[in-house]
Amino acid sequence: MSKILIVAEHAGGTLNPATAKCVACASKIEGAQIDVAVFATDAAAVATQAAAIQGVNRVLKIDNPANAEPLAAVLAPQVAAVAADYTHVFGPSTTFGKDLMPRVAALLGVGQLSDVMAVESAYRFRRPIYAGNAVVTVEAPQDKKLVVTVRTASFQAAPDGGSAAVEAASVNAELPGHTRFVGRSAAATGRPDLQTASRVVSGGRALGSADNFKIIYSLADKLGAGVGASRAAVDAGYAANDLQVGQTGKIIAPELYVAIGISGAIQHLTGIKDARTIVAINKDAEAPIFEVADIGLVGDLFTVLPELEKALG
Amino acid sequence: MSKILVGLKRVVDYNVRVRVKPDGTGVVTDGVKMSINPFDEIALEEALRIKEKGGASEVIVASIGPADTQQQLRTGLAMGADRAILVQSDAAVEPLAAAKVFLKLIEKEGAQLALLGKQGIDDDNNQTGQMLAALWNRPQATFASKIELNGAKATVTREVDAGLETIEVDLPAVFTTDLRLNEPRYVKLPDIMKAKKKPLDTLSIADLGVETASQFKTLKYEPPAGRQKGVMVKDVAELVAALKQKGLV
Repeated sequence: MSKILIVAEHAGGTLNPATAKCVACASKIEGAQIDVAVFATDAAAVATQAAAIQGVNRVLKIDNPANAEPLAAVLAPQVAAVAADYTHVFGPSTTFGKDLMPRVAALLGVGQLSDVMAVESAYRFRRPIYAGNAVVTVEAPQDKKLVVTVRTASFQAAPDGGSAAVEAASVNAELPGHTRFVGRSAAATGRPDLQTASRVVSGGRALGSADNFKIIYSLADKLGAGVGASRAAVDAGYAANDLQVGQTGKIIAPELYVAIGISGAIQHLTGIKDARTIVAINKDAEAPIFEVADIGLVGDLFTVLPELEKALG
Repeated sequence: MSKILVGLKRVVDYNVRVRVKPDGTGVVTDGVKMSINPFDEIALEEALRIKEKGGASEVIVASIGPADTQQQLRTGLAMGADRAILVQSDAAVEPLAAAKVFLKLIEKEGAQLALLGKQGIDDDNNQTGQMLAALWNRPQATFASKIELNGAKATVTREVDAGLETIEVDLPAVFTTDLRLNEPRYVKLPDIMKAKKKPLDTLSIADLGVETASQFKTLKYEPPAGRQKGVMVKDVAELVAALKQKGLV
């Protein structure tokens, strides 16, 4: 039987929805027993949230002042120690999981499957390669532990309604002092989080300046949407790095994605192909974004956007 | 003075639209342009800048791949690396095995710093740097957008989902690079000529005594499920009507 350990992602006492998506992915493995591990200074609040996810069997909380910040070098030996009792170790394919999980895998002496998008069996999965230009079906050996990161955009979060037991666990692992947290800067925007927003408005190179990019925020606020950007817009300094959508930025699956002045390079499209409805506004009728858009409008964004905002009331 | 080891992977060029072979056994690579993985190019640029500021004595570029990978290593030498090592392997090498190979090279060369791209744009694994740091039992600073060396320590700014995170690590360490760390320099013709005279050693994986058997088996390759082409609207009124019809506004 598969015994799956999921490493919870959390910040500020709140569980990241990526964790419930990992549970959804793990639940696709028949008969799997799913435990969630929460590493924190005081993991009680987050553990309670994890225990409420349907499909979770047990939540392990590992309290340690060293776990105040998610440092991969500090967490990995602890995850590897807890993993001793499991056949699989899952984490989200977010920057948290991408940083941590390969370190865990190497400590366990095994490989990792990154960005799993579909489960065929306990040891057979599908994942995208080449920026999503190809999908491979990969088989892992059953006699080794399997470390996986879950492509969160491919799974609907497992709903609440569970009531798993929460247990304090002590972990015997030597923690390094060679890596220290200094600080974090995040723009507090008051807008929905890009990764989890049900609507996202994104701007591209055609915006032309950081100042012009404000019209993206304006439309987003009108729609109650999160804000994203293409790599070109981020590289040009029009938008912050954490807004980047695409192969090397965030991979998202909102109900509505509005791409404005984005040509649609394959690296961008790979980040949005699971969106329910894609709207594209671009003045170039030949832009590749129109190949994937559900609704396309050819026009100058600086004319179209004010009109659209007005029409939306 | 310290040595920096930079990993360079030979990959299908960034601008090539990759296609799956009709029989599902792989992707088409015959006659396709190959280049240095873009993230690795950024890693090399950063290593060169560190050396130019007096922070290192030597920059070594290393790759694992077929004999043709010499082309990418020569490009790395033309960019300014001092020497190159090719660990020749015709079979694909998984990230854990690649990390083991790089660790052997670090030990052999006494390198203080390993710089790698955060992911290869072919397999999109995003694993090798982290695995190398784990096996080396040293710090990792992944997705770096700013690196400041300060004696036996480094302060690194990382691009994370929540914004930017800064950590301090003791050296030696492994850094993996994100897009906005720097803009790699262009190679000039005289540098290409000079690069031909720089040392390029070839080793075999057996020379290093590393076990590189694949753990995973790829059963098939498929093109991604396509999206249906949608409708074009002619103005804002039609756009709003279409959104309303889908219940989106």
